Amino acid sequence: MLEIRNVTKIFNAGTVNEKTALDHISLRVEDGDFITIVGSNGAGKSTLFQMISGVQIPDEGNLILDGKDITFDPDYMRSTYIGRLFQDPLKGTAPHMTIGENLALAWLRAGNPKPFSRISRKDREFFRERLRQLGMGLEDRMDTPVGTLSGGQRQALTLLMATIVPPKLLLLDEHTAALDPSAAAVIMDLTERIVSEHRMTCLMVTHNLHQALAAGNRTLMMKDGRIVLDLKGEERKALGTEDLLRMFREGTGTEFDNDRILLSE
Amino acid sequence: MLYILQTALQLGCIYSLVSLALLLSYRILDIADLTTDGCFVLGMAVSVSFCAMGHPFAGLILAVLAGGCAGLVTAFLQTHMGIPSIIAGIITNTGLYTVNLAVMGFSSSISLLKSETVFTKFRALGIGGSWYSIILAAFASLLCMAVLRWFLETRLGLSIRATGDNPDMVSASSIDPRRMIMIGLFLSNCMTALAGGIAGQLQKSADINAGTGIVVVGLACLIIGETAVGGRKSLSRNIIACLAGNIIYRMIYAVILQTRILPIECLKLMTAVIVALAISAPYLQAQRQLKQKARRRASNA
Repeated sequence: MLEIRNVTKIFNAGTVNEKTALDHISLRVEDGDFITIVGSNGAGKSTLFQMISGVQIPDEGNLILDGKDITFDPDYMRSTYIGRLFQDPLKGTAPHMTIGENLALAWLRAGNPKPFSRISRKDREFFRERLRQLGMGLEDRMDTPVGTLSGGQRQALTLLMATIVPPKLLLLDEHTAALDPSAAAVIMDLTERIVSEHRMTCLMVTHNLHQALAAGNRTLMMKDGRIVLDLKGEERKALGTEDLLRMFREGTGTEFDNDRILLSE
Repeated sequence: MLYILQTALQLGCIYSLVSLALLLSYRILDIADLTTDGCFVLGMAVSVSFCAMGHPFAGLILAVLAGGCAGLVTAFLQTHMGIPSIIAGIITNTGLYTVNLAVMGFSSSISLLKSETVFTKFRALGIGGSWYSIILAAFASLLCMAVLRWFLETRLGLSIRATGDNPDMVSASSIDPRRMIMIGLFLSNCMTALAGGIAGQLQKSADINAGTGIVVVGLACLIIGETAVGGRKSLSRNIIACLAGNIIYRMIYAVILQTRILPIECLKLMTAVIVALAISAPYLQAQRQLKQKARRRASNA
C-alpha cells in the first residue's frame, strides 16, 4: 500500500552541519502491516515519518500510496488518509477548545461539505460513544477544555481523533514515551485494539525494544538514515531483546547507542 | 450628563466592532494584525464618499468589503509570501494610506454637508427620539456579536479557532491553516471597516488620520472588558467583553473630557500605558513570583 522508493533527505547541505537524515531508503509496506521501528539516536526515524506525512519533502526519491505518487502533496491534504501521533501529548489537540470541539475537527476528515454547519446532536452522541470506548470517563466531560486533561488522557483523545475517521495509514512517533508507565500501558493497549479493530496499516517508532517485538508483525532497525535490519515472520517471533541488540552489533559493527533505550531496559 | 452617557454608549457600540475584530485576529488567531488603523480609515473613506454620492447603505456594504480585501492582502502577504505577520500588517497599512487618499479624491479629509447618512435616514423614521443614533449603533454591534458567536461554533469557525490554538493539529485534521488565516483576517477587517464606515457617517466626515492608534485603543478596550466581565472564560463572555470594555473606556474618556482632570491630549499616552501594562501583566507576575521564591530560598539558607 505504501512504497518508499529511494528516499534521501539531507539537512544543511553544503555546510559544516550537513547531516544525511535519510540515505536512499526503500521500503514496501503491505496492507494491514503493523511495523515497529527502533533505531539509534538520530537514525532518521522521525525524519522518515515527516516524509510520509508531508511535513518534509524528500530531496530525492518518491512516495507512492495505493498507486498514487504523493511525494509533493502538502501535509494537510495527506492527513485525510494518514493519521499521526507525536511523542508530545500537547501536539495533537487544541488546548482551549473542548473535547467535543476537538473531535468535531478531527471528524472533518470524514469530508463534511458544509462549512457553516454546527455540531449536531447526532454527532455528539457518536463522539460520546467513541469516548466511552476509551474507558477514561471522558464521555461525561465533552464540554471540558482539553488543556485541563492529563497527558495520558490527551494522548488517548489524540489517538481517537487520529482514528475516528480510520486512516489508510497510522504513524505513531514514540507516542507513549512522554507518559508515565501505567498511562503508557493503557495507551498502548488502546492503540493495539483500535488498530486491529479497523485493520489499519500502522508504523510505530518506539524506544522500547520489548514493545518493538511484542507489537505488530514486522520490525525495522535504523541507523544513520538507513534500514539495517528488517525482521518478520517466524524469524521475528523467536527473537528476544538481547538477540535484537546482538544482531544490530553484528550488522553494523557498532554498539546500539540510543540512550533512552538503554535506560528503559 | 445624559448627553455624555449617550455619547459614551454610542461610541462604545461603534468601536466595539474594532475590539471584536481584534478578538478574532489577536485572541483567536493569535496574529497581531496591524492593518487595523488603515482599514478603519478605508471603511470611513469608502462609506463617506458613497454618502456624498447619495448611497449611504451601499457605502457601508462596500466599506465592509473593502476592509475585508485589505485583510486578505495582509493574510496573503504572510501565508503565501513568507512575510512575518506584524510586518505584513504594517506593509498593508502603509499602502492603504495612498489607497485611502485616492478613495477620498486625493484630499486629506471630506465632509458631508447635506447628504443623507444611515443616521439621518433612521432619524426620519422617528424611532427612539434622541436615542436614535445609539439604537442604530447598538444594533450594528449586537448583530456582529451574535453573528460572530454563531460563526465560531460552526465547523469553519472551529477550524479558525484551532488554527490559532494549535496549527499542527489543524493540518493533521486535513484543514489548510493558510486558508483559515485568510478567512479569519478577511472577517476581522470587515468588522474594523464597518466601525470606520459607521463612525464616518455619524460624524459626517472622513479624515486620513482618523485611524491613528485605533488598534491600541481597541486592544485596551478588549483587555478592560475581559477584566471587567471575566472575559477569557468562555466565548460568549469574551464577545460581551468587547462591548463592555468599549463602553467603560468611552465613559472614562467622557469623564476626563468633562472634568478636565487630565488634559485630553494625554489620553493616547494613557491608553498606550494601559495596554502595555495589561499585556505584560502575566509575565510580570510570573517574574515577581520567581524573585519571591529566590528570596525565600536565600533567607532560608
